[in-house]
Amino acid sequence: MSEISADNAIKNYKKDFPLLQQKMHDRQIVYLDNGATTQKPESVIHAMCSYYGGCNANPHRGAYELSVRATDIYENARERVKKFINARHSHEIIFTKNATESLNLIAYSYGMSNIGAGDEVVIAISEHHSNLVPWQQICRQKGAVLKYIYLEEDGNLSRGDIETKITDRTKLVAVAQVSNVLGLVNPVKEIAARAHSVGAVMVVDGSQSVPHIKVDVQDMDADFFVFSGHKMLSPMGIGVLYGKEALLDAMPPFLMGGDMIDYVEEQETEFAPLPAKFEAGTQNVGGAAGLTAAIDYLEKVGFEYVESVERELIDYALPKLKAMPYIELYGCDSRQDNKTGIITFNVKDVHPHDVATILDAQGVAIRAGHHCAQPLMKYLGQNATCRASFYFYNTKEDVDRWLEALSTVRGVLGYAE
Amino acid sequence: MLSNNHADNHAGLGGLGGVGGAGGIGGLDSIYTELIAEHSRSVENRHRLQFATVSQKGRNPSCGDEITLELQVEDGVIKDAAFTGIGCAISQASTSIMIDLIKGEPVEQARHLADLFLKMIKGEITDDDELEELDEALALKNISRMPARVKCAVLSWRTLQEMI
Repeated sequence: MSEISADNAIKNYKKDFPLLQQKMHDRQIVYLDNGATTQKPESVIHAMCSYYGGCNANPHRGAYELSVRATDIYENARERVKKFINARHSHEIIFTKNATESLNLIAYSYGMSNIGAGDEVVIAISEHHSNLVPWQQICRQKGAVLKYIYLEEDGNLSRGDIETKITDRTKLVAVAQVSNVLGLVNPVKEIAARAHSVGAVMVVDGSQSVPHIKVDVQDMDADFFVFSGHKMLSPMGIGVLYGKEALLDAMPPFLMGGDMIDYVEEQETEFAPLPAKFEAGTQNVGGAAGLTAAIDYLEKVGFEYVESVERELIDYALPKLKAMPYIELYGCDSRQDNKTGIITFNVKDVHPHDVATILDAQGVAIRAGHHCAQPLMKYLGQNATCRASFYFYNTKEDVDRWLEALSTVRGVLGYAE
Repeated sequence: MLSNNHADNHAGLGGLGGVGGAGGIGGLDSIYTELIAEHSRSVENRHRLQFATVSQKGRNPSCGDEITLELQVEDGVIKDAAFTGIGCAISQASTSIMIDLIKGEPVEQARHLADLFLKMIKGEITDDDELEELDEALALKNISRMPARVKCAVLSWRTLQEMI
């Protein structure tokens, strides 16, 4: 494989993103909050515009040309997602508004019917609130027990906990493929195998993996897999739930209403088959058009390239950060092959929100706070942290601008070096 | 100056050497003033209160900031006040300044100051003469132009309002 320089990225990709052309506080914007949401390329924005400008109608309903076009666009997106994550059937792809809704669908529909008193649910301490709170609440309602896989020193999930926490009483295991705080790829295939060995179902939150690494739901043998479009170049408001056909078939509907029925009588309803059973009401066809364009774009870039750029930026930034005595890093102790483009850090004595404000004044956007992972923050002994998260359009120059701004932070608050 | 476009200038980490305080960094000097920076680091009002008569937790759920404000109120007068907790420079400075202002004051006056402060942050009162009583807390006036940080500045004042 030829060496790809991250500096080429600016020539190849930044130009495709209108927002990245902007200035922020008089300087070229440096956007390093891709873990929260990514920017959208021209082609995605265009796909949305041309849907609303030329094809907008309610899908699956009207017997007229526009409605047929809208239906085609929507169903084509499902087919595209199926290939993208290598699902077996396109009706195993359910559109939602985001990963959070997908996880709630699983919790309410599958969880409420299959988890009972004394059963156990196992999740990782590093889960985002969206893959934590639904399970916590289901367990409370049902009298089930929520157990946590904790971390090794290096930030990876404890191998011992994976073995011992998943037991014969475990009904469901839910783990993110990549932690949104630590950026480490978790061994979901192994965890799924462990879960299956005790008869539990495996839920994988792919919010932070799908945009950055090639995902194959059949290879990892996930029973359910979820992600949000907006973290992978798509518009906000379109997300995906993948579930194995047999499981989805057996589950009751989550939301009920139009388009998810076969027949409705006064006292009874026959629900539609998959995937319509889980897609009540008018769906986000514009979002689906954007998602299709995003997958097209991302596959053109190629995951090999995405991974190589993120790796290069991490390898470029970490030694420089480690040379700054007032920077504390989390999950970055040693070079790990399973690290994606996320760096979580703190500036000594300075609250993350002040760091973010001072960086913002210099045109650099990072995330500060608890990253919707408060139990992890507590586990790490932190109230909050700063997070810089890269995508393939970021460059070494972006890293330089970030570090340059970082070096001013303590001075602004009156601390000496 | 930093406000120029340096996109093509590899000034590197050394490029900002010698920048003291917030001077020069796009508008930051109006927020992180020397006064705010000093108060944010000050430990003078940061401790438990031995003879507290009332104690109240204040939280900003979205950012995780959490303070505990303690007052010693006797005969309608705030004899002493202190706080503990964690938060950003703006919330910590705002709390410290507030305590300086209300210590020794009648509860009625503290209520009035809290009202005035919140009106300043909401941009409802902008005239410095009207805000004169807020004294050092006037240094936080510019937060009214920073929606992302308003909740940091008002945390302690809202907590105070709940207590008195």
